[in-house]
Amino acid sequence: MRAFARLLDRLSFTASRNAKLRLVRDFLAEQPDPDRGWALAALTGELTFSAAKPAAIRRAVEARMDPVLFGWSYDYVGDLAETVALVWPAQTGANREPELSEVVEALRTASRAEVQPLIERWLDALDADGRWALLKLLTGGLRVGFSSRLAKQACADLGGVEASEIEELWHALAPPYDDLFAWLEGRSERPSADHPGRFRSVMLAQPIDEAVDFARLDAGDYAAEWKWDGIRVQAVSERDVRRLYTRTGDDISHAFPDVLEAMTYEGALDGELLVMRDGRIGAFGDLQQRLNRKTVDAKLLKAFPAGIRAYDLLLDGEEDLRDLPFAERRNRLEAFISGLESPRIDLSPLQPFETWEQLSALRAAPPEGDPRIAEGLMLKRWDSPYEAGRPKGPWFKWKRDPHLIDAVLMYAQRGHGKRSSFYSDFTFGVWREDANGDRQLTPVGKAYFGFTDEELKQLDRFVRDNTIDRFGPVRSVKATRDFGLVLEVAFEGLQRSTRHKSGVAMRFPRISRIRWDKPAREADELATLERMLD
Amino acid sequence: MLRPESLLRPTPAGLYCPPGDFYIDPVRPVDRAVITHGHSDHARSGHRHVAATPQTLDIMAARYGEDFAGDVLPLPYGETVSRDGVEISLAPAGHVLGSAQTVIRWKGMTAVVSGDYKRRRDPTCASFEPVPCDLFVTEATFGLPVFRHPDAADEVARLLKSVAQFPERTHLVGAYALGKAQRVIALLREAGWDRTIHVHGALAGLNALYARHGIELGPLAGATDADSRLPGEIVLCPPSALGDRWSRRFADPISAFCSGWMRVRARARQRAVELPLVISDHADWDELTGTLDELRPGEVWITHGREEALLRWCELRGQPARALALVGYEDDDD
Repeated sequence: MRAFARLLDRLSFTASRNAKLRLVRDFLAEQPDPDRGWALAALTGELTFSAAKPAAIRRAVEARMDPVLFGWSYDYVGDLAETVALVWPAQTGANREPELSEVVEALRTASRAEVQPLIERWLDALDADGRWALLKLLTGGLRVGFSSRLAKQACADLGGVEASEIEELWHALAPPYDDLFAWLEGRSERPSADHPGRFRSVMLAQPIDEAVDFARLDAGDYAAEWKWDGIRVQAVSERDVRRLYTRTGDDISHAFPDVLEAMTYEGALDGELLVMRDGRIGAFGDLQQRLNRKTVDAKLLKAFPAGIRAYDLLLDGEEDLRDLPFAERRNRLEAFISGLESPRIDLSPLQPFETWEQLSALRAAPPEGDPRIAEGLMLKRWDSPYEAGRPKGPWFKWKRDPHLIDAVLMYAQRGHGKRSSFYSDFTFGVWREDANGDRQLTPVGKAYFGFTDEELKQLDRFVRDNTIDRFGPVRSVKATRDFGLVLEVAFEGLQRSTRHKSGVAMRFPRISRIRWDKPAREADELATLERMLD
Repeated sequence: MLRPESLLRPTPAGLYCPPGDFYIDPVRPVDRAVITHGHSDHARSGHRHVAATPQTLDIMAARYGEDFAGDVLPLPYGETVSRDGVEISLAPAGHVLGSAQTVIRWKGMTAVVSGDYKRRRDPTCASFEPVPCDLFVTEATFGLPVFRHPDAADEVARLLKSVAQFPERTHLVGAYALGKAQRVIALLREAGWDRTIHVHGALAGLNALYARHGIELGPLAGATDADSRLPGEIVLCPPSALGDRWSRRFADPISAFCSGWMRVRARARQRAVELPLVISDHADWDELTGTLDELRPGEVWITHGREEALLRWCELRGQPARALALVGYEDDDD
């Protein structure tokens, strides 16, 4: 438990992806089975308990100390699990510190009545970090930002294998993953991935380099289709097991019962998950209403019905199509989709073209309807097999040019890790008229990339030289009609938002240019943004 | 029976002893001052007569220049000086080098002013010495039950483990210039770290002072003298330098901060610290309450910090106590 607690503590203060991977890989290398497997399951949210209600924990601590002192402590710290972990009166030598696997085993078998005294005994035996980790585990809220994608990468790093190999296996495995570790450490064979409904590693596209690639690529070798603006999914239906996966293999089936119901086929589709209403797709903001939810209710299902627009067919019945060329898979896909006759699963149509110029014109001026909100175009070689990963050459993405606006820098916040000495997170605003008819800045977004290291130094200097106020880690920067720094901000889309004061929310904003030359008063107006709404 | 108020009383300038006519750690210039230790909120310049341990006087001279007071009276631990029937002596407080409790005896009554103190072992200063007394004036910087400092050696082990895990990065360790920095260096030495420790310029003077007083710190070098970005090395700096432009010269630094405040996660997050190390030179909740239990003074006065919780603890124990609410002492100097 101590090693797990230390890991959790460290992860909670670590922002860098690579540093997190190193911490977890080292932990997995150092800790024995089955503790390490349970730890991994806990980190990725595979293992959750609701064994202890916060109220019961609070009662237990108040039986051991003055409730007034506890109340002041809680007010000061602000988090119940952390407060209890810190104030719990030490009972050194009272009990042996439990291992993580002991805790997990006990919680899986103990009755509710047995659990409470067990928890109190563990709290007596652990140190403050251990108590914190235990309470976070019991109340189901680790929140250290460790996704199952990172977990797979950490396992791959441990065994020196590709992450795609782990992804394919993942859904055939169960905590505490003894068989996985045995394979990664060369002690046994690779575990079988033959598991109905399993995930197949996804094929991804390279961004196209317009300056170089079109000159050397032959338009006749490629098919083109729109890149729809939802999330890429894999919909597997195999021997009565139906699963919906993200492109990194996270299982999101529970949030999309409507899509699962439509998966009446036997096979595996690659496609885009979208909100679909009578064959028309909704903007990304609509889909966001359905993402990251534990459960969905009937109202939500009706307001935001989800479906799949299919790109590719990986499995037709029991036949694996991935080694066939795209052209053949595409024929099979078209037949497959028309056979379904489902309003929730349709085909992403190919866009005929003969020259790159024709395709370029299509991308610049998409026709009315769905293509208007596509992210751009996908190019796929007719002869390409379906390969896991991001191979160079067979598939390209050619995104639409972003929207651009000129905004004024208003606030800056220090970054994390490598950027902790830099003001690197920038909030920017545009002008709007207030009730008195004066022009005021209203914040419209926040960006923390898009600039070079050299530009970051210049921005940091500007923030430090022009700070007018501080709120904790945030600095307010001088920004008036006559003085301010104009940033050219690029973004992919704009939606109405009730959470933002300005009423708009940007998708994927980044700083594309710093306009040292442009007077602040000439930055854009909110009305300009409103005209760009999706 | 004398009342404690006739021997000591809080005033805007600080704690004052009327029969001896002197102040303890006054926050504004006075005629006579006893200084408990060298931290700048307790030891200020400009008093006419100053009594303190020789180490504290040395620290004040290093910080403010030789003429920091009209004249000085070095008072080594255990020696007594009398003034108008009031006997004054200094006992070790275990806070930093030279730190002292002020012990005042008058007409059969003993008052002890703890200054800042801790009960943990510290290789860089003399250990706290409990003195039986009628009045104990205690600090309360960490006077809340959430503050329970772990073993400092375990915290240093966490730092060394991180250095081993990230050998391509510099570990930048924030520690207050007086006391904490030297203690962390000494703890690193005890843990077997015998490489050169690189230090920010602001720490060099006090490191040298500790060395003159016989505290072994091992090989040290200026952090900015190195001709590399110091990957895999430990660099010590004042906390303010952690997020400063100065830190950019190092190899993708991991910022660590040694302070009792790091016990609370929100505090560490506020400062964007990646490796919080709970190492404190103040008594934690158990030390504060344990000391009161051990001394059982007739009365307890609580100076600065989170006095309401300690007051509540005294009330539950039936220990007479009052909070002085003295101003001018910083909360954050740990």
